[in-house]
Amino acid sequence: MKIIHSATRILAIAEKEWIQVRRDGRSLILSILLPVLLLLLFAYALNMDVKRVSVAIFDQDKSALSRDLLESFSNTEYFRVQRYVRNYREIDDLIDRGTVIMGIVVPRNFESMYKSGKHVSVQILIDGSDSTSATVAGGYVKSIMFSFNRDLRMRDLNRAGISGIVAPVDVRSRVWYNEELQSKNFIVPGIIVIVMAIISALITSLTISREWERGTMETLITTPVRKYEVYFGKLVPYVLIALFDLIITVSLGYFVFSVPLRGSFIELYLIALLFLIGTSSLGIMISSATRSQVLSVQAAIIITYLPSIILSGYIFPIKNMPGIVQIITYLVPAKYLITVMKGIALKGIGASLLWTQIVFLTLYAVVVGAISLKKLSLKLPE
Amino acid sequence: MAATVAVEKLTRMFGSFTAVNSIDFSVSRGEIFGFLGPNGAGKSTTIKMLCGILVPTGGKGQVNGFDILSEQEKIKSTIGYMSQKFSLYDDLTVRENLRFFGSIYGLEGKKLSDRIAHAMDMAEIGNRGDEVVKNLPMGIKQRLALGSAILHDPPVLFLDEPTSGVDPIMRRNFWELIYNFSEAGKTIFITTHYMEEAEHCDRIALIIAGKIIALDTPARLKGDLAYEVYSFSVENFIEMFDYIQSLDFVSETAIFGSDIHVLCEKGFPLKRELGALMKKKNITNYHIEKISPTLEDVFVTHARKHGV
Ligand SMILES: Nc1ncnc2c1ncn2[C@@H]1O[C@H](COP(=O)(O)OP(=O)(O)O)[C@@H](O)[C@H]1O
Ligand SMILES: [Mg+2]
Repeated sequence: MKIIHSATRILAIAEKEWIQVRRDGRSLILSILLPVLLLLLFAYALNMDVKRVSVAIFDQDKSALSRDLLESFSNTEYFRVQRYVRNYREIDDLIDRGTVIMGIVVPRNFESMYKSGKHVSVQILIDGSDSTSATVAGGYVKSIMFSFNRDLRMRDLNRAGISGIVAPVDVRSRVWYNEELQSKNFIVPGIIVIVMAIISALITSLTISREWERGTMETLITTPVRKYEVYFGKLVPYVLIALFDLIITVSLGYFVFSVPLRGSFIELYLIALLFLIGTSSLGIMISSATRSQVLSVQAAIIITYLPSIILSGYIFPIKNMPGIVQIITYLVPAKYLITVMKGIALKGIGASLLWTQIVFLTLYAVVVGAISLKKLSLKLPE
Repeated sequence: MAATVAVEKLTRMFGSFTAVNSIDFSVSRGEIFGFLGPNGAGKSTTIKMLCGILVPTGGKGQVNGFDILSEQEKIKSTIGYMSQKFSLYDDLTVRENLRFFGSIYGLEGKKLSDRIAHAMDMAEIGNRGDEVVKNLPMGIKQRLALGSAILHDPPVLFLDEPTSGVDPIMRRNFWELIYNFSEAGKTIFITTHYMEEAEHCDRIALIIAGKIIALDTPARLKGDLAYEVYSFSVENFIEMFDYIQSLDFVSETAIFGSDIHVLCEKGFPLKRELGALMKKKNITNYHIEKISPTLEDVFVTHARKHGV
């Protein structure tokens, strides 16, 4: 009897939320259009095609050494030599016109100075107007220069009669974004997870605060409705909307970005459901804590966006983080879903190999759900 | 018979500010009990404590036999509440609102549709069921709020300034509905700052600055007034008001429209004394007559007595 009443109330609230979303243009944009826009935006911001940076080369030395150096650039797939130029002005022009992103200038006496044991430097000019490409290109340069130097040193040592030496430590410079120079197949699933973390918390972060601001909460709390009924009544429709968004964004990944989907959709969506329950509960928690729409939206974005990007292992490898930060990453649900997405979509592995992620996502959903249920107050503010 | 609503020393502080200051009263079944007071007097705060959505900081009370401190859940299923500010969902239609609140109150199926039909009928909003609430005039919204508050047929209704911002005709309409409920045996607790509305109540409590300063039937409150009331009309009444207030035989004054109500000790020949003063001031175009006191006179007197 009691359970049936509760179910009726939960359904009534869910239905009411659904009607409200349907009628409100802003909510529709937020819950349907925004995820798509964010996915496209992030995909371009992370600039998946910085592979192949176009460069202009100004070789003032034209020596064997300078040719060696320049070859090590043109031999990689990261650079395309667009033009050999004869002065700085040409580089400026090419950068201004966007023909190249980077210019490499080898100074006169490059080889002779090297041979006389002096320190020599090569000048790199990068178009800073596109900071992402600039950073990535800079990273490529560092990494190429490093191996060039190393090879040079080896060669010198060999010449000096010391042979058979292998560099003791093979350090590789890191590119910040997309460090391992992964293809879009690895980038897009991560973006989808980050976008879904933001969206699911964002749309629920409005629900409770809107009722307080409009005064409807005051009427609702004079009814016999219970906390958990409000909580589930609000959770269910938004988790379904978020699941719909996930299906849309995954489809976009598949059709627009040609990301393969090798594993089971059903498994992917079921595990993602756990994730969405957690992040949506987070939104409800924020909403009940702030009771203000503006505040809750800001809080929801900050609390989901930054950790999902920085602490999920998506951009910065977790193993390189300080110990305490590594522990904190366990609290970031995006970390688990990114692994799941990559596993199921790209490697085609089954849920049975992802049980750690499933356990953590379940824990997250339960704990955050419990806290947000506790935070939800049906009393007027003190 | 036990009172439907009873409170003792009920108090609510906000920080160091006392919004409701140790009030006592009880309301019996079927009564229309009015809470009359200016803005900020503590009317809404009291109603919220009775509805179980605001915790008192002192005192105790019961509604329908349930303790307001510990049995809020039970109270909530036996009351109907209309908040001061319209607070149903204005992006839902009339019928969607009623369906929603009906379901929240645990109504289902035929019972639910019957109660919705009844509420729409009672509130005379039957023809506007599919209109989105946002676009409705205030008077209709308030009737909808009332309809929604009685969906589950509660024995007690708490109405917080239900008629504020509504034109007088709508207001009279609304009171017809309230009388009907009262006749059907429901207890009504209503707050207002309209004096003429308070006249419709069976009993009224005058509340100022969190204190109940008088509580009785409207007739007795007026009958107990220690003064006689004269209505005085004169051309530039605003200037005259200060003058009259300064006269030592005048106990109280209050402005009613363009008339001045002058209160003086019972038996004092006010008409003659004031007439003489007017003559001295060469004012001839005035009118003075003895009237029976209004609630406002009672209110002003009590308020003055309590230093407000
Ligand atoms: N949540 C609150 N915090 C602080 N002060 C409040 C709060 N609610 C009401 N008050 C104050 O308590 C007093 C009584 O308010 P209220 O009960 O709303 O008056 P009324 O309904 O009679 O106009 C007012 O001075 C109001 O400012
Ligand atoms: Mg009020």
